[in-house]
Amino acid sequence: MAFDAAEAPVLVVDGLRTEFATGEGPPSVAVHDLSFTVRRGETLCIVGESGCGKSLTALSILRLLPRPYGRIGAGRVLLDGQDLAQISDAEMRAVRGRAISMIFQEPMSSLNPVLTIGRQIAETVMVHEQLDWSACMGRALEMLRQVRIPEPERRLQEYPHQLSGGMRQRVMIAMALVCRPRVLLADEPTTALDVTIQAQILDLVRDLQQETGTAVILITHDLGVVAEMAERVLVMYAGNKVEEGSVTEIFDAPTHPYTRGLMAAMPHLGGGQGHRGRLNEIPGVVPALHARPPGCSFAPRCPLVLDKCRVEAPPLLGVGGTHAAACWVTAGNA
Amino acid sequence: MWSYAIRRILATIPVLCVVAIIVFLLLRLSPGDPAAIIAGDNATVDDIAMIRAQLGLDRPLLQQFVFWLGQLLSGDFGNSIYLARPVIGLIMERVEPTLALSVTTMAFAMLLAIPMGVLAAWRAGSWVDQTIMALSVLAFSVPVFLIGYGLVIGFSLTLDLLPVQGFVSLSDDPLQFLRHLVLPTIALGLVYSALLARITRATMLETLNEDFIRTARAKGLAEPRVLLLHALKNASVPIVTTIGTGLALLIGGVVVTESVFAIPGIGRLTIEAVLQRDYPVIQGVILVIAAVYVFVNLAIDLAYPLLDPRIRF
Ligand SMILES: Nc1ncnc2c1ncn2[C@@H]1O[C@H](COP(=O)(O)OP(=O)(O)OP(=O)(O)O)[C@@H](O)[C@H]1O
Ligand SMILES: [Mg+2]
Repeated sequence: MAFDAAEAPVLVVDGLRTEFATGEGPPSVAVHDLSFTVRRGETLCIVGESGCGKSLTALSILRLLPRPYGRIGAGRVLLDGQDLAQISDAEMRAVRGRAISMIFQEPMSSLNPVLTIGRQIAETVMVHEQLDWSACMGRALEMLRQVRIPEPERRLQEYPHQLSGGMRQRVMIAMALVCRPRVLLADEPTTALDVTIQAQILDLVRDLQQETGTAVILITHDLGVVAEMAERVLVMYAGNKVEEGSVTEIFDAPTHPYTRGLMAAMPHLGGGQGHRGRLNEIPGVVPALHARPPGCSFAPRCPLVLDKCRVEAPPLLGVGGTHAAACWVTAGNA
Repeated sequence: MWSYAIRRILATIPVLCVVAIIVFLLLRLSPGDPAAIIAGDNATVDDIAMIRAQLGLDRPLLQQFVFWLGQLLSGDFGNSIYLARPVIGLIMERVEPTLALSVTTMAFAMLLAIPMGVLAAWRAGSWVDQTIMALSVLAFSVPVFLIGYGLVIGFSLTLDLLPVQGFVSLSDDPLQFLRHLVLPTIALGLVYSALLARITRATMLETLNEDFIRTARAKGLAEPRVLLLHALKNASVPIVTTIGTGLALLIGGVVVTESVFAIPGIGRLTIEAVLQRDYPVIQGVILVIAAVYVFVNLAIDLAYPLLDPRIRF
């Protein structure tokens, strides 16, 4: 299903700020003033190195930040116009798993080891749709078929440890999609899997998305995955959005030095099987939460850094079309 | 599966043999002549010689052991010296109060401690958690007899709500049976609850940090379901293990509790036997208690696969 750019977005994240309380001092800010939208049927990829705040963004949307210190400090998360940051806990539970679902990186540890696969899928249906248990199990079975698990009747009765990693991730997808959510948050769903399985899982997500029109927010390290899956791309660095655009805009004209660094670190783009770029070849590391520099947070690692960058953080500046980047040098005219 | 179960069952045999050897040596290696001990203070030399022959004490140690073990296996635990009655009968008479007290204590402790431990873990670091943990330290460190006397003074003597002491058989009067068990159960159960609450909290705390708990919440499940189904079921193996090993704690406490509340159970029988140096009774009691401990823990081991499907025999 091609998404319709004129349609109102399903999910709008507006000025999101995610922070951790730190005893006496001011809270440390893990996600800073982040805004983006996704439309029905669209895939938005969020990319960035480890520690950039990608997972925390997804967890903020579902209000599942680590307790008791994590919290949404500011901003709105609008699902069809309703601000999720403001609704009650009970209303939020009704959203989780039904309107917005999430799948996680580790299929090994994300399923409950002592409950059967069938039970874990069916209980999602049960809490949201008040069907009787056999109807819920029926839906679970149907969902296992849709995610192309062989012998679904048997798998229903099995426990997670009896399945391979790829099968478990299929089960996670089945569990996430069983209530036909409007938005799927996929946090590095293939990172823990080997390459051929990765491709199968991504194909599966895309196929199911086409059937259901679910908006997908796909979090990844891997620009190869971005190239295959994304319509739009959001590049995050140290809790900030540093660049955003359509997949062609980003790949044709990467603008922020960080995005360029990520591209350069990729062995070959669209090279199919085998090499997947790991984003680890930009010198230096993402600064820790409590040690984020003033000004542009990428400045300490940036090859093009100016004095101004160390003082004042650049705003997000349009560079044509839907493409924008936050850089004094490449996007502004400093 | 079955081969493990059978091996696990067979593994209790050496344990029980070691217990039997220790119990056997208890009498033979105790200071003084066992026959003289058994015969008592006013016995003549002839009495002692007769007893020695009767018990086979004049034969080699190994032969004595084999003979004694043979008797045990045929259900003959010997006779009490003071009451001149079979030990097994004495024990059977005393089983009901002790069994009743143990069962109510276990139930009380589980019903109190598991919810407390879950609550403390769920709200780790909060005042709720700190209060529960402080209470558990207190309950663990105050001796059973102090708790017992405190309860008697409060609920029996001052408020006159419950009987001071004694025991009424279930078959005589079920209501009185329960009323007499309330205070001993609390006195004995608090220590055990404290242990169980701490283990529950620690295990739950670990489990609540697991990824699958986040998954459960991301599905929109309510907290009670997350805690009691998704987390507690995962935490159940260590908790159940503690219930089994904590039985040792319970057994020590039973002896004290039965004395404080004048309950005519195995604990009291043990104390009486020790005071009277009634060796055959002491031996019988130790054997029975050890066997119960071994078999309860065997049953718990065999129950693991029901709790956690990853455990395969
Ligand atoms: N519970 C927490 N308490 C304090 N800081 C945290 C906590 N969880 C995450 N952080 C910090 O927030 C930042 C962003 O973390 P996040 O998990 O969102 O990164 P990520 O982009 O998903 O990285 P990865 O690719 O490794 O998953 C990191 O610097 C991390 O150290
Ligand atoms: Mg992450």
